[in-house]
Amino acid sequence: MRFFIRFLTSLLLLVVIAAVGFAAYAWNRSIDPIEPPQRTAFDAKLIEDGAQLAAIGNCTACHTRPGGKSFAGGLPIPTPFGTIFSTNITPDPETGIGRWSEEAFNRAMREGVDRQGRHLYPAFPYDHFTKVSDADNKALYAFLMSRPAVAQTAPANDLPFPLNMRWVLAGWKLLYFDSGAYQAATDQSDEWNRGAYLVTGLGHCGSCHTPRNSLGAETSAHLSGGEAEGWAAYAINAASPAPVPWTVDSLYDYMRRGWHPDHGVASGPMAEVTGNLGTLPDADIRAMAVYVADLMEEPSAERAERGSLAIEHAARQGNLIELASAPAGADTPEARGEAIYKAACSSCHEGAKPQPYGGVSFHLSSAISAPNSQNAINTVLFGLPAGSGTRSAVMPGFAATMSDEEITDLFAYLRGTFAEKPVWPDLASRLAATRSGDYHVSVKPSDGIERGPENIGAIDQ
Amino acid sequence: MTKLTVNGTEHEVNADPSTPLLYVLRNDLALNAAKFGCGLGQCGACTVMVDGKAVFSCLTPIMLLEGRQIKTVEGLGTIDNPGPMQTAFIEAQAAQCGTCIPGMMMRAQALLESKPDATDADIRVALEPNLCRCGSHMRILKAVAAARDLMQSAAVAPATERKPS
Repeated sequence: MRFFIRFLTSLLLLVVIAAVGFAAYAWNRSIDPIEPPQRTAFDAKLIEDGAQLAAIGNCTACHTRPGGKSFAGGLPIPTPFGTIFSTNITPDPETGIGRWSEEAFNRAMREGVDRQGRHLYPAFPYDHFTKVSDADNKALYAFLMSRPAVAQTAPANDLPFPLNMRWVLAGWKLLYFDSGAYQAATDQSDEWNRGAYLVTGLGHCGSCHTPRNSLGAETSAHLSGGEAEGWAAYAINAASPAPVPWTVDSLYDYMRRGWHPDHGVASGPMAEVTGNLGTLPDADIRAMAVYVADLMEEPSAERAERGSLAIEHAARQGNLIELASAPAGADTPEARGEAIYKAACSSCHEGAKPQPYGGVSFHLSSAISAPNSQNAINTVLFGLPAGSGTRSAVMPGFAATMSDEEITDLFAYLRGTFAEKPVWPDLASRLAATRSGDYHVSVKPSDGIERGPENIGAIDQ
Repeated sequence: MTKLTVNGTEHEVNADPSTPLLYVLRNDLALNAAKFGCGLGQCGACTVMVDGKAVFSCLTPIMLLEGRQIKTVEGLGTIDNPGPMQTAFIEAQAAQCGTCIPGMMMRAQALLESKPDATDADIRVALEPNLCRCGSHMRILKAVAAARDLMQSAAVAPATERKPS
């Protein structure tokens, strides 16, 4: 009995020590509020640098509601755990970050903790932002604190117990979060390091392009393909599904302009990213291209050969003469799909009009060759809406005219003919869920920052 | 032969199944309301309704349309007895050259059939895919808003009993 009591006492003591230890780990001090600084307190050059950094960080994408005031927050971010609303990061003293000192801002970026010391949800990608240098945080702070202050409070997050308690995040951080600024790889060039710094840090490419585990943390399969706003974010490492292997030059062009003749236009959330990257210096884009191309590795001879063949096949298209009529006879999914393709798709996708305003040849399409059917489904159902007040690639959606059976037939043909792969096994269920809206897809114009007040083209499906 | 149901009437059409609906409407069925604008689904002049939704008829092959309900401006009313959408467009004198108008009417009709109490902002968003090069947008918006109000009162007084103004 005495032994049992002593055992219980020891156990209790251990639990208390662990709890105190965890509490000490989970606790963060509050950083004193400040009087919001005047715009003139910041150097103009610093603000300008901050604007470019904010574009790399794509801050506006989450922190601006479509049609709302820039950086005023309130956008619902759906997660597998519940809905998180982005916060107001304008310098409004009461509802924004006006009372945050630079130290508080720096800590939020580095450690994912707000000014008052509360843990932030990793929907704010501090697992990447922790790598941002103090100098860049200083510029970002100058940029955000010199934006117009907007009084706007985000709705409360809709998260179930216990995720609605922020101290739980300390446990998540213990498991998955390593804080610390980017450390340069000494065996790589400055350009490679600059690219790695931007891609893994502020650019937070992995937030979409890296798969997540059941607790929402990125796995070690760095950039091997993930998901964003109802779209597949392709692998951008050696597992890239692009029919033509990416190169430094093609990655550079794609990020610079939002499209590339060997790959097509950026769509879904990536369109917003390329829209943002359009404001950056060439050197930064090139550095990111160098780093990503290195991750993708030199293609094997066989893969390179398939890529050149795809380019050749695509170049031979654009000949409308053979499109005139549907093939008669064979009543197979592929034959029915071919008839639909020739009647409804080929006039743009094999037309004489060059990209980006003409459609991409499916010999070159990652959506058709990808292991996941989601982007092909999204594009056929919802199309590519026009950008508001800007030239953009457009595609009409076919949700109203093509049934699920017809789209399945179409994909049987496209997959077999252009990717030489069987139709995706989960196509039927994905297609039904996407059409019904059970699977939520955010549809955006190509290469635009549609959340800004000037451009409200985004339609949520 | 492809069977098409247009404005409630069934037609047997002797055209290649890959023919866009627009050509069949105009060339085979003599329904000339829908217009050819760009042929690429970028201007909206060819817009008609299929099962209640607005679609570009210029790039919808008829092979996709068997068993579907197609509606064109001719299905909204007649010259002697125009429907509320047509009445509203006439009253607002919304047409300048008129090429975009049938598409505008059909997209607006699809909106109001699915959302009878659409707000002015809803109307602006819904009509976004349809272009007008004359610049009569303000009158078009006014006409659609008037059509919405007419349809709501038309639910009380049927179109056939209203006097043309």
